[in-house]
Amino acid sequence: MATHLDISKVSIEFPTPKGSFKALDSVSLKIDKGEFVSLIGHSGCGKSTVLNIVAGLYDATEGGILLDGKEVKGPGPERAVVFQNHSLLPWLTSYQNVELAVKQVFKKTKTKKEMHDWIMHNLELVHMTHAADKRPDEISGGMKQRVGIARALAMEPSVLLMDEPFGALDALTRAHLQDSLMEIQKDLNNTVIMITHDVDEAVLLSDRIVMMTNGPEATIGEILHVDLERPRDRLALANDPKYVDYRAQVLTFLYEKQRKVVNA
Amino acid sequence: MTIPNLSIAALKDRIESFSFKSLLFPLFGILAFILLWQVGASRVHTSLGEFPGPKVVYEQWTSLVAEHSNERIKEEKFYDRQEKRIADRQAKDPNYVGKIRNYTGKPTFFDQIFTSLYTVLAGFGLASLIAIPLGILIGLNSSVYSALNPIIQVFKPVSPLAWLPLVTMVVSATYVSDDPMFSKSFLTSMFTVTLCCMWPTLINTAVGVAAVEKDLLNVSKVLRLGWVTHVIKIVIPSAIPLMFTGLRLSLGIAWMVLIAAEMLAQNPGLGKFVWDEFQNGSSNSLGRIMVAVLMIGFIGFLLDRAMLMIQRFVSWDKTQVLR
Repeated sequence: MATHLDISKVSIEFPTPKGSFKALDSVSLKIDKGEFVSLIGHSGCGKSTVLNIVAGLYDATEGGILLDGKEVKGPGPERAVVFQNHSLLPWLTSYQNVELAVKQVFKKTKTKKEMHDWIMHNLELVHMTHAADKRPDEISGGMKQRVGIARALAMEPSVLLMDEPFGALDALTRAHLQDSLMEIQKDLNNTVIMITHDVDEAVLLSDRIVMMTNGPEATIGEILHVDLERPRDRLALANDPKYVDYRAQVLTFLYEKQRKVVNA
Repeated sequence: MTIPNLSIAALKDRIESFSFKSLLFPLFGILAFILLWQVGASRVHTSLGEFPGPKVVYEQWTSLVAEHSNERIKEEKFYDRQEKRIADRQAKDPNYVGKIRNYTGKPTFFDQIFTSLYTVLAGFGLASLIAIPLGILIGLNSSVYSALNPIIQVFKPVSPLAWLPLVTMVVSATYVSDDPMFSKSFLTSMFTVTLCCMWPTLINTAVGVAAVEKDLLNVSKVLRLGWVTHVIKIVIPSAIPLMFTGLRLSLGIAWMVLIAAEMLAQNPGLGKFVWDEFQNGSSNSLGRIMVAVLMIGFIGFLLDRAMLMIQRFVSWDKTQVLR
């Protein structure tokens, strides 16, 4: 099978007053269609930078991204992003937020009725139809993130990019959303790249976990294949020796091999 | 009679917690001010008599109201007389076409208020029409900003009085018409107001537009929103709070500038009323000027409240505390 998304020898340098700062050095990763990949690493290791390059929000200094054999230039809805802080437009309702995306992507291919159904369908997927007419400041953090996911899914992206999507949520809400995401993933089989700093989240959701070394000049340290049967159940997995082992491997990488040097 | 759902105690509670408390302190403030005013005013002696205290001001107010209604009656009678005369002539000569002459009585205090109000609104409206689009443009494009910033910074602090002679001359030279839709004095006042009050709106709009959250800009990029959609859906809504801060500052300046311009240029309006009374120099003058001062303040307050109401209506963030 041809590679769906090919991140090829990507490096990026940022100009700073003290000369250029190389944040990423030669990051290469091939991702298949329908694969769920997590990027994990300490904060500041450049995992968000990788995501932003794939999204097209940053330009790589060296290397490039191929999506279905075509080079990626600039941002676009086929690489939808779920932002960490939901990034809903506060002056629009949940429905209108999704509508903005749907109108932009499908204005030529769908009729008004089809667009409406598609918006409602996506809100349905994240269980948010009851709050379709509420504005972001009227719903909880978890609900906002659900709408953010609905907006991204509604673009029918080839790759769904998630930048620490549940990072700002409390543990219970996060668990609910992870379960929802797995359900949606079962139906839609999207290709997903997710940034996370949560080891459990990475093991629970991913097919592969990409562990990044500390910056500067961060790159891919190790890649872990998570070979756990789906659907996965967090309670059953808690005592599963394979799950425990995967978890231990990631923890070992993060806290032994790539121990964060704290500059006190 | 039954009192629905409200016991006496609850009613009392509501009166005490709401109207009483919220009115008590402002009332106290106003009473204290009037007292101080009365005491202070009686100690200041000018060549036109004692500085007007609250009592004198109230008397002048009633006399201004009376003058106004007398003037209206005179005007009505004036037109009645003309109509009657024309009707009489037409009875004798059916071909006679009468012409009604305009009443040219002296504008009363309330006529001047009305003139000032529509002049300020016209000037402020024109300023907003220029400043909001320009502010959006400047906020979006840093090159345009760099190009215009020096000009804005230089013109922003210019006093209305410096503009006035130039505006007067330009209006006289360029607005030549046999049947003018607007009077020249109106245009002069209006343009002076526009030139002076557009800057806060311009600058605040630009800052608001430039300060759109980065995340929202990224959303716009990922969606590949077109320029127009981007501006309408993302930029303008997020700039609205600052835009209104600017608009309210602008309207306040507009009102202050207008009074000054009217005084200096002898253009009809409250400013002219004040100046005329000053030149008149009767024993009533200071009291009448004080009425005008309070009226100017009160109208300025109402204008600001009106803007605040519009802001409340337009703003998407209903939780924002606006004051």
